[in-house]
Amino acid sequence: MYKNALFTLVLVLATAASSFAQTEMADTMRSNGKIYVVVVVLATIFAGIFAYLVYLDRKMTRIEKEK
Amino acid sequence: MRKWWWKILCGLFVAYTVVAGFLAPVPRLDILNETIRNLYFHVPMWFTMIVLFTAAFVYSIKYLRSADLKHDIAASQFTNTGILFSILGMLTGMEWGNYTWGSPWSNDPKQLCTAILMLIYFAYGILRSGMRDDEKKAKISAVYNVFAFAMIVPLLFVLPRMVDSLHPGNGGNPAFAKYDLDSGMRMVFWPANVGWILLGTWIATLNIRMALIKYNRETIL
Repeated sequence: MYKNALFTLVLVLATAASSFAQTEMADTMRSNGKIYVVVVVLATIFAGIFAYLVYLDRKMTRIEKEK
Repeated sequence: MRKWWWKILCGLFVAYTVVAGFLAPVPRLDILNETIRNLYFHVPMWFTMIVLFTAAFVYSIKYLRSADLKHDIAASQFTNTGILFSILGMLTGMEWGNYTWGSPWSNDPKQLCTAILMLIYFAYGILRSGMRDDEKKAKISAVYNVFAFAMIVPLLFVLPRMVDSLHPGNGGNPAFAKYDLDSGMRMVFWPANVGWILLGTWIATLNIRMALIKYNRETIL
């Protein structure tokens, strides 16, 4: 009887725990701030691409004006 | 730099996407988990492709009406840049699918239809490279481009919606609207699309200007 009650309790707790469990997300990366490293790297890449496009654009304008 | 304001806008929007795309909160969904953020980067590739192909279509029509080779140059460079974005969209989609659908190629109807569309546009490039005479090349490729553009509607907007698909918004799967309900995601998703469309257009205009310089040199000599 006692054993059965314990088993039921464990089962109820397990079910409750699984229903409260959240979808796994990168929360650790967010809490320790490592996500900012990713953002900085990507922002750097985009800044480089943007600067290169500006450079190409100005160069093209210069060539167009030559004639 | 001619008309620089939209290029600055483009830089601001894409930079904002890179930052907010990783830091803004997203809904917690099973299977997708954090990869839901790919929506900010994968989908804009396709939006940009469609806009660039539309511009190419407009310039093809303009060429057919005017027989001005400059319009043909614009049409061909818009198409080339559109193809670049379609390749990026396809690769990012396969990378995303590999981890959420279980394989890079799932024979998903939208994947298949997009692959067909890409082959149609690859054929445009092959068609052009196969002809020496500029006038003939321009005329035939403009007519071909009108048909290629007409294929976008059934291949991307009709067929994938008629059958079951893994893509959201197709065959009874929840649409964009499901994510759109999350107003936080909408605040990143739409600026991302605008930013990438402007970036694609900028690259295309650079290509056009380069091709025009080349064309002018050849005709002067």
